[in-house]
Amino acid sequence: MTGLLVLLVLVLLAVALWQLTKIFDLTQVGNTSGNTQVADDNDNKVNGYLLFGFLGFIYVITIYCFVYYGKLPLMDNAASVHGKSVDRLMWISMGLIFTVQIITQALLHYFGFKYRGKTGQVATYFSDNNKLEFIWSSIPAIVLAVLIFFGLYSWTDIMFVNEKVEKPIVIEIYGQQFKWTARYSGKDNVLGKANVRLIEGVNALGVDLADPNAQDDIVTDEIHIPKGTKVLFKLRSQDVLHSMYMPHFRAQMNCVPGMVTQFAFTPSMTTTEMRETKEMTEKVANINKIREEKSKELVADGKTALDPYTFDYLLLCNKICGASHYNMQMKVVVDTPEDYAKWLNGKTTLVQSVKNAAADAAKAKGGEANSVKTDSATGKKDTTVVAVAEATMNTKK
Amino acid sequence: MSQAHDNHAIDHHEDHHHHKDTFITKYIFSIDHKMIAKQYLLTGIFMGIIGVGMSLLFRLQLAWPEQSFKVFSFFLGEKMAPGGVMTNEAYLSLITIHGTIMVFFVLTAALSGTFSNLLIPLQLGARDMASGFLNMISYWLFFLSSVVMVSSLFIESGPASAGWTIYPPLSALPQAIAGSGLGMTLWLVSMAIFIAASLMGSLNYIVTVINLRTKGMSLTRMPLTIWAFFVTAVIGVISFPVLLSAALLLIMDRSFGTSFFLSDIYLAGEVLNYQGGSPVLFEHLFWFLGHPEVYIILLPALGITSEVIATNARKPIFGYRAMIMSILAIAFLSTIVWGHHMFVSGMNPFLGSVFTFTTLLIAIPSAVKAFNYITTLWKGNLQLNPAMLFSIGLVSTFITGGLTGIILGDSTLDINVHDTYFVVAHFHLVMGISALYGMFAGIYHWYPKMFGRMLNKTLGYVHFWVTAVCAYGVFFPMHFIGMAGLPRRYYENTNFPLFDDLQNVNVVITVFALIGGAFQLVFIYNFFVSIFYGKKTVQNPWRSNTLEWTAPIEHIHGNWPGEIPEVYRWPYDYSKPGHDEDFVPQNVPMKPGEEVLHH
Repeated sequence: MTGLLVLLVLVLLAVALWQLTKIFDLTQVGNTSGNTQVADDNDNKVNGYLLFGFLGFIYVITIYCFVYYGKLPLMDNAASVHGKSVDRLMWISMGLIFTVQIITQALLHYFGFKYRGKTGQVATYFSDNNKLEFIWSSIPAIVLAVLIFFGLYSWTDIMFVNEKVEKPIVIEIYGQQFKWTARYSGKDNVLGKANVRLIEGVNALGVDLADPNAQDDIVTDEIHIPKGTKVLFKLRSQDVLHSMYMPHFRAQMNCVPGMVTQFAFTPSMTTTEMRETKEMTEKVANINKIREEKSKELVADGKTALDPYTFDYLLLCNKICGASHYNMQMKVVVDTPEDYAKWLNGKTTLVQSVKNAAADAAKAKGGEANSVKTDSATGKKDTTVVAVAEATMNTKK
Repeated sequence: MSQAHDNHAIDHHEDHHHHKDTFITKYIFSIDHKMIAKQYLLTGIFMGIIGVGMSLLFRLQLAWPEQSFKVFSFFLGEKMAPGGVMTNEAYLSLITIHGTIMVFFVLTAALSGTFSNLLIPLQLGARDMASGFLNMISYWLFFLSSVVMVSSLFIESGPASAGWTIYPPLSALPQAIAGSGLGMTLWLVSMAIFIAASLMGSLNYIVTVINLRTKGMSLTRMPLTIWAFFVTAVIGVISFPVLLSAALLLIMDRSFGTSFFLSDIYLAGEVLNYQGGSPVLFEHLFWFLGHPEVYIILLPALGITSEVIATNARKPIFGYRAMIMSILAIAFLSTIVWGHHMFVSGMNPFLGSVFTFTTLLIAIPSAVKAFNYITTLWKGNLQLNPAMLFSIGLVSTFITGGLTGIILGDSTLDINVHDTYFVVAHFHLVMGISALYGMFAGIYHWYPKMFGRMLNKTLGYVHFWVTAVCAYGVFFPMHFIGMAGLPRRYYENTNFPLFDDLQNVNVVITVFALIGGAFQLVFIYNFFVSIFYGKKTVQNPWRSNTLEWTAPIEHIHGNWPGEIPEVYRWPYDYSKPGHDEDFVPQNVPMKPGEEVLHH
């Protein structure tokens, strides 16, 4: 039935179009120019006005987006020290491009309206002017030089980390289809060597357990970092490209199999502080309103309602990495230094976990040593063999 | 035109014309550039329908995630959309093939293929391309690559789904995603054939422009269309072979056990036997083509726009030499900016600094072009034909999309918007929509040249205005969800409560996309019906200066029945003082005492 209706609508649309063109052709009968499909004065007038109207449309959509979607952007409220300078540069660039946008679109569409063709109107023969060309190549050049200077200054500041001087906390972020794992370097602040060829059982990150630096390494499935201390993330991937993306910290870097990449920043707001900012309370309230409405529909359909949302920093995957790319995330918590120390002290080292697992296995000899746990991210609609393989290698933490 | 006596060369062509063409030599294996141009255009429209249609399907999924739609069941079948709900793998396949088809098959091959083929000989005053045979082979290889690409949609394991950038290891390992099996093999084979086709076409264009210009057609009397096609072909010849080698190396990695791009991989419970390669190497090779590719797409559109704007403004294009210089500058810079796609790829940050510098330089010639277009409109007598509106629309989206490039090209700012919807909005406006507008402008403008009939202007106006509104409606809000940190290529955004407030924006975008997509049917209708029932055209409907309008409406082999016209002036003598008409075609000799008024 729906198909029939759609078909009917399409047929009617086609008929309407055909009729429109016919009517249009009839209005052209008296026209002697012999070339009726070329714009005449009337077309120029109508479309000239429409061009002017379109300028209005561009302005309206710009204003609408700023009013209604302007609260969405992460352009202030950065949760890292360098994020503030990124945001400042973003505001400057945004201000600049919007100024240029408003002026150039106005000129373009206004000229389109003002100089619309009329019989008898003669265009001005104006072919070139070196002074004008000079002006509009040198102004962008100067403005861009300033932008490049500020941009590169921040870039160098963000990307080059002197480990000896700044003494950042070293944490490894490890990506695999479709989950993240973190490894803390422990008291020595040096990560033990690792290679995918060493992956076995509990040692899912392939850490070289014989390496002296690896003895105090701790593996976790959540990131905690202390406010006010520089953190250097060393990134590895086990299978395909992933990208560590933490939008609130203005941080992003790809994880590349076969090499270690890195990104460092200093968190400047704890999770609790961020939750309490005005912007965030408003955002969360709005999101919860949306979720409540959706929950009503869900409950009406006999499904479970959505949980209310509380804000947490997130680590997202931002490089297409497979079927469940859209749900590869990890919670990031910024603690006060004291809470951070407390959290980290409560964790067992990887070496200890491996020993415990071996002891368990010895105890349950002949039995099924490894409990199989499916990954929440891969449980859904996965048709690849990956999910199965991953489930078997996934071990209890 | 004077009847020359010593015209044995011309007689030869006349004879040629009188040879009886069979259906096959005239319509299928034609070596006539005008027919090949039409073949490119028709294939491009067909591929365009597939590419745009796919985007509408995944826009539905993004607006109403995991809803059941009858169209999904109809187009995707039970395997890719069980119960009418699109699977996540089907989503990735759709975005991958949408990108591939639109970038390569529509905006590279169909745009350049149609208008370079049609206009290079006609506007230069040549009988045909330098090698008609190579031209024919070029089209048929393109056709073959299209067939292979489309056939990959129908295989059991699904088409390629690693994104159109096909970064390994995802694209190299079938264990990583199902689309990297046979689907990716077909993708690579199709692209290898495509590149061969593109290179043959480009070499032909270059040789033709250099060797076959008619008497008087010096380089600085060439229309800007030809300049754009020529420079585009040069960039293509420089950069496409690099993609071919990347594709071949990837085929080696996939099928012959080499490790060019792979190293240290543990997948599906086992360590794979690859050591020492680097995915970053692939990214470098890919973007060495990938960035110039943007200009391969855009320059022909800008060339078309230059011609259409000057003709319809009844005014010389402003700053002809500056336009040529900016085309050359863009071409040169385009080959040294590829790294701006890789700021966060893990390459040395120092390279990031270098690429930021070169990238932002490109803004200068781009600004020159935009300002020159605007100045061309100033004090003109604008004939607002559909082609002219699409050209003005191009300048508008080129500015809107180009400006956000200043943000993305700045490595510091790119950190946070890289691979988000901000990027999607940026490149769709600056090269997708702009190039599409350029293509539409070209079709509306040269349709009479191609088919001897006119497109209906009313339908053209409806097509333009709805498309223009929808293009902004789709891509303008997208900037904001990108700045809110929403990554692209996500099957759905509902797994992050953080993004729940973006969902209504996604609905708005999809509604605009559906309306815009539906109104392309107006164009399709206009295009195909006008081939048979359109108003017959006069020889020079737009009162244009360039040589193609001196050729007869009826297509003949060799383009001109008598002598090839000779050129006495540049192509932009519109509204020149001292002439009765507001246009002076290039083949009109200078009047005694007439001065050259441009520089």
